[in-house]
Amino acid sequence: MFTQPEQTGFLPLVQLSALVSRLMTLGYQCLGPTVENGAIVMRELSKPDGLPRGLQAEQAPGHYRLRRDPHNRYFAWANGPQAIKPQTFAPTESLWRVARDDAGALKFTAVLPSSPAQAIIGVRACDLAALALQDAHFLREGRHDAHYAHRREKMFLVAVQCAEPGATCFCASTGDGPTPTVGYDISLAELEAGFVAVAGSAKGQAVLDLLNLSPATPQQIEAAQQQGQDAAASQTRSLPVRNLRDVLMSQLEHPRWDEVATRCLACGNCTAVCPTCFCHAEMDVPSLDGQTSEHERKWDSCFGESHGHLHGTNVRPDIRSRYRQWLTHKLATWHDQFGRSGCVGCGRCIAWCPVGIDLTEEVAALTANKVQA
Amino acid sequence: MTAKPGVDAGPPHTATVVARTQESPSIFTLQVRFDDAATQAAYRFAPGQFNMLYLFGVGEVPVSIMSDPGDRSGIGHTIRALGRVTQGLAALQSGDKVGLRGPFGRGWPLQEIGGNDIVLVTGGLGCAPVVSVIHYILKRRERYGKLVIIQGVKHTEDLIWREQYDRWARLPDTQVLVAASEGAALWPWHVGRVTELFGLAQFNPACASAMMCGPEGMMRAAADSLLQRGLPESRLFLSMERNMQCAVGRCGHCQLGGSFVCRNGPVFSWGQVKSLLAHRGF
Repeated sequence: MFTQPEQTGFLPLVQLSALVSRLMTLGYQCLGPTVENGAIVMRELSKPDGLPRGLQAEQAPGHYRLRRDPHNRYFAWANGPQAIKPQTFAPTESLWRVARDDAGALKFTAVLPSSPAQAIIGVRACDLAALALQDAHFLREGRHDAHYAHRREKMFLVAVQCAEPGATCFCASTGDGPTPTVGYDISLAELEAGFVAVAGSAKGQAVLDLLNLSPATPQQIEAAQQQGQDAAASQTRSLPVRNLRDVLMSQLEHPRWDEVATRCLACGNCTAVCPTCFCHAEMDVPSLDGQTSEHERKWDSCFGESHGHLHGTNVRPDIRSRYRQWLTHKLATWHDQFGRSGCVGCGRCIAWCPVGIDLTEEVAALTANKVQA
Repeated sequence: MTAKPGVDAGPPHTATVVARTQESPSIFTLQVRFDDAATQAAYRFAPGQFNMLYLFGVGEVPVSIMSDPGDRSGIGHTIRALGRVTQGLAALQSGDKVGLRGPFGRGWPLQEIGGNDIVLVTGGLGCAPVVSVIHYILKRRERYGKLVIIQGVKHTEDLIWREQYDRWARLPDTQVLVAASEGAALWPWHVGRVTELFGLAQFNPACASAMMCGPEGMMRAAADSLLQRGLPESRLFLSMERNMQCAVGRCGHCQLGGSFVCRNGPVFSWGQVKSLLAHRGF
């Protein structure tokens, strides 16, 4: 992106609200960065000019604090605890319901979500990579998940290049950022005076056309490109290689699994903030009068006691095997399922781990002397 | 590996319990039919596949189908009352309503192994998927060679369908080897570990196939023994069990390495899973 000047516009800072306004006019429920409980989260914007400005997200293992951005930018925060996963794969939702009449007869009814078309402003490259993986899982050929598809198909994505990665970020090493390359409708790179803007879809182009942007200058395009390169170069964490499948699967009895199990609380925070984790529990929620029951799904975690439950026993009774399940699925067997790693380098599992377990550090320990970068 | 994997993510279809049999103090069989005649008529499955049975207000459980695919009178599910759903299902009687969807997963490769000697190994109470194969083969006896049935149980009373084993043992070209870890009075079979019986199995490894279901430790021991006797790895199959909640490869609980047991299994060839079975916790 930001490579073809003829298709690249320039959106002055003061015009950002015009973009949001256009999307609202088109009927989108617009979600954008909002400060809540000391973190950036995606929430519905009540007005086009309400985006927070001048915030950075200081991140470290087990640490997340908002601080002032000296350059007063709109998108200097790297990311918040959630990507856009909750907007497509709902944390809790009803899949179907069943009613029982007095004679005991059952009547099943599919329940479909009725959510509006959403536009999300401020999506990161890692979030787009994660969304592509969630698409691969939930929209697998011939196996569309109706609930996921319903929300996903109507979604409008305004991506933003990361100029200020967090200390926990390593998307450059997974190949997923910091500059968005695919999967967006519009992508923005924030410069001092405004945004270099490019469309990634016909509907994105249609919105940009409505804004009558002047073309970005070669200098602006070059500045955006340089900013992306600098952001990549500033990342301090990394994974040694893109495909860790064989090396990790050859280390299944490594003593490091026992060691990390002494620190891991099996709280499941990492799986809750991971933008690619897709596990969910299905459960019935019967009404108090006993006449109906909702069959719901809810995000689940492979760190939980019930995940490996198998008629009276547990396939993964200890934290060692649960951490190993999570890490080997994410970084190794994900390749078998989806043709790439399940990690997009967002670093959320590091920042939001209450004891600061660092995935990149664990991988380094598990693969020491086994891989050459 | 015959039928296409199911994609029926729900909601379930209404179905009626048409027969209930108590097999042992904790094991029972529900014969179920879809209420919609067209759904029932269109329903096809392969031995080794499973259904999701739904109990109103409680939830769903995966249950392998133990009836014969040619039996159009109903769909048989043998269940052990153990958890919330199965204990509730145990209380159902003929005429009660359930939800049903399926079939799911990949069954036994019964077409591909035609003409072979067949070795069936089961342990504990995981015998339903294999018993369905025994019935399938006995009904189509001319398609297969020798039949060896090896069953291990912990306690003698865990052996359900005991009279069937006696009957099978009297059939030509059929060998039945049963072991209980703990013996009891009038127990006619071996007392000890089932692994002690593998050496007695009579089959020609050059043209035999084996199918296993049961505790993973037992299946590992059986695989070692069968492979040692010259059975090729490509003709050793097993049915795996994992927590399953969606049955369509979405919920993630049944993952075994890169496989979703509900979709890529439950029947696997030994080569597909042997490396993970060597490690506890997958």
